[in-house]
Amino acid sequence: MVVFERPHALLDVPLHYCPGCTHGIVHRLVAECLDELEIEGKTIGIAPVGCSVMAYDYFGCDVIEAAHGRAPAVATGVKRADPSKIVFTYQGDGDLASIGTAETVHAATRNENITVIFINNAIYGMTGGQMAPTSLVGQVTQTSPYGRDPKLCGYPVKICEMLSQLEGPEYLARVTVNNVARVREAKKAIKKAFQNQIDGKGFSLVEVLSACPTNWGKTPKDALKWIDDAMIPYYPLGVYKDRSADQENR
Amino acid sequence: MSEKVLMKGNEAIAEAAITAGCRHYFGYPITPQTEIAAYMAKRMPKIGGTFLQAESEIAAINMVYGAASAGKRVMTSSSSPGISLKSEGISYLAGSDLPAVIVNAQRGGPGLGGIQPSQSDYFQATRGGGHGDYHILVLAPASVQEMAALTVKAFDLADKWRMPAMILADGTIGQVMEPVTFDFDIAPAPEKPWATTGTELRRPHNIVNSLCLQPEELERQNFARFDRYAQVEKEEPLCEEYLTEDADVVVAAFGIAARVSKNAVDEARRQGIKAGLIRPITLWPFPKANFAKLVGKTKAIITVELSMGQMVEDVLLATKCRIPVEKCNRAGGMIPSSERVLREIVEASQGGEIPW
Repeated sequence: MVVFERPHALLDVPLHYCPGCTHGIVHRLVAECLDELEIEGKTIGIAPVGCSVMAYDYFGCDVIEAAHGRAPAVATGVKRADPSKIVFTYQGDGDLASIGTAETVHAATRNENITVIFINNAIYGMTGGQMAPTSLVGQVTQTSPYGRDPKLCGYPVKICEMLSQLEGPEYLARVTVNNVARVREAKKAIKKAFQNQIDGKGFSLVEVLSACPTNWGKTPKDALKWIDDAMIPYYPLGVYKDRSADQENR
Repeated sequence: MSEKVLMKGNEAIAEAAITAGCRHYFGYPITPQTEIAAYMAKRMPKIGGTFLQAESEIAAINMVYGAASAGKRVMTSSSSPGISLKSEGISYLAGSDLPAVIVNAQRGGPGLGGIQPSQSDYFQATRGGGHGDYHILVLAPASVQEMAALTVKAFDLADKWRMPAMILADGTIGQVMEPVTFDFDIAPAPEKPWATTGTELRRPHNIVNSLCLQPEELERQNFARFDRYAQVEKEEPLCEEYLTEDADVVVAAFGIAARVSKNAVDEARRQGIKAGLIRPITLWPFPKANFAKLVGKTKAIITVELSMGQMVEDVLLATKCRIPVEKCNRAGGMIPSSERVLREIVEASQGGEIPW
């Protein structure tokens, strides 16, 4: 009999996330990876500003709460202080792709040996549903009440595509967690992103297309469907860069 | 390095940091402090340390935040506009009770300002600079030897009090070359059981954090931090007093302004005027007691600053406005001459009208 248990690296506390939010799934996947790779004891997580700001209360490893957007810089400081430690950041789209774009790009181009978990739900959740750098064209939010108009505020930022143009990063993948098969795929990508760091390969980022039913104004079920219908066409899933694999295939 | 060597002030800071056990430096180029980064870039790889040129001052201070969280002695340096950018991070360091050393080789402002020496970041340094209720330790060297000595001290104090410490220097002392020794007694850094170094599954997780959503708890944290600050104000003020015992006119100045002023005081004494100098070495905590002692003895204070007059406010507070204070200041990168300071001393000694 298989007993489904809480991963050791995920603390036994209630999460504050809304019903239907996929943060909980991704937290669990990260924690499972820390368990399976037996690295929880030497891992330091960096929490962002945004919905997952309180991730420090949920992960069992040591955690640093960073200023908005600065998690990759903080992670750099920790990793350079002791390269034998495993360091990951967990960031949302406002944090990583708007205010922290510079830190993201430069950690990637330095091939900083860290793991970045990037939650892209196309909205600012914590502050109540404003337009994100990744909000889709036409998407209605509190600060784009008539729908995102590219003439006024440009187009949604494609982080994996952008970073894949750099020599630096080791691994860039976009996944989602809106059905069971994809949750399994997401876990594989996240585990690889940590394994790469253990192997000293460098900067590995996994973008997870995520649901925000509360701020999208959808039921949890419809929100998962919206990932298929609206997000994936603009943000195709897949591996955008895998240097080691590319080198092997050459 | 116990022998005497000729060095620029900025280089002395870098070497002193290494002497103090700092092996992690994160910086970003800006005039007039770039020698610090250049020195670290050369030295750190040879001693197993980290030199990293960050993508911005903001990134650099957050790298400092990470390395400090990991329990390491860590430093960054910049000049005025760059310190403004770092101020968010300094507030987070203070809010998370992290020790770190920040060097500000001040230049004239506001805005992009100029690249000549200044002391116009006094308010920013001593009042916190970033948002929220906090202080940082502020040390003001007046010679290359002191650049080194106070850098070592900054690391010790930062660790002791779990606070960021700033070396508030200026472009002049950063650039000037003087003999310096690095013969310091280095106390080992204290244990840091709070550091995020990995649980090894042997202890509950450590969290480095400045977020606190319960107002009662956040208030409690603020009061606790200020209790600690009160202790710092009691134990750590540093001040040099020169010929103040019988002085009718006391010049108050720090850093490069104090060196100019000392010459003026010596000349005034030669002319038979009882002049003295009071030089705060710690700007926060401000040496209030040294100033309070002047009340009832000193007839006038002249504050000499490379700013429109910032420390003067602390002088007025520390003396409870009971001594007339005259400002002798230059701004924008200009330095008052000792002749001008002397003229002010002479005027004050003759009981000239003080417009306060």
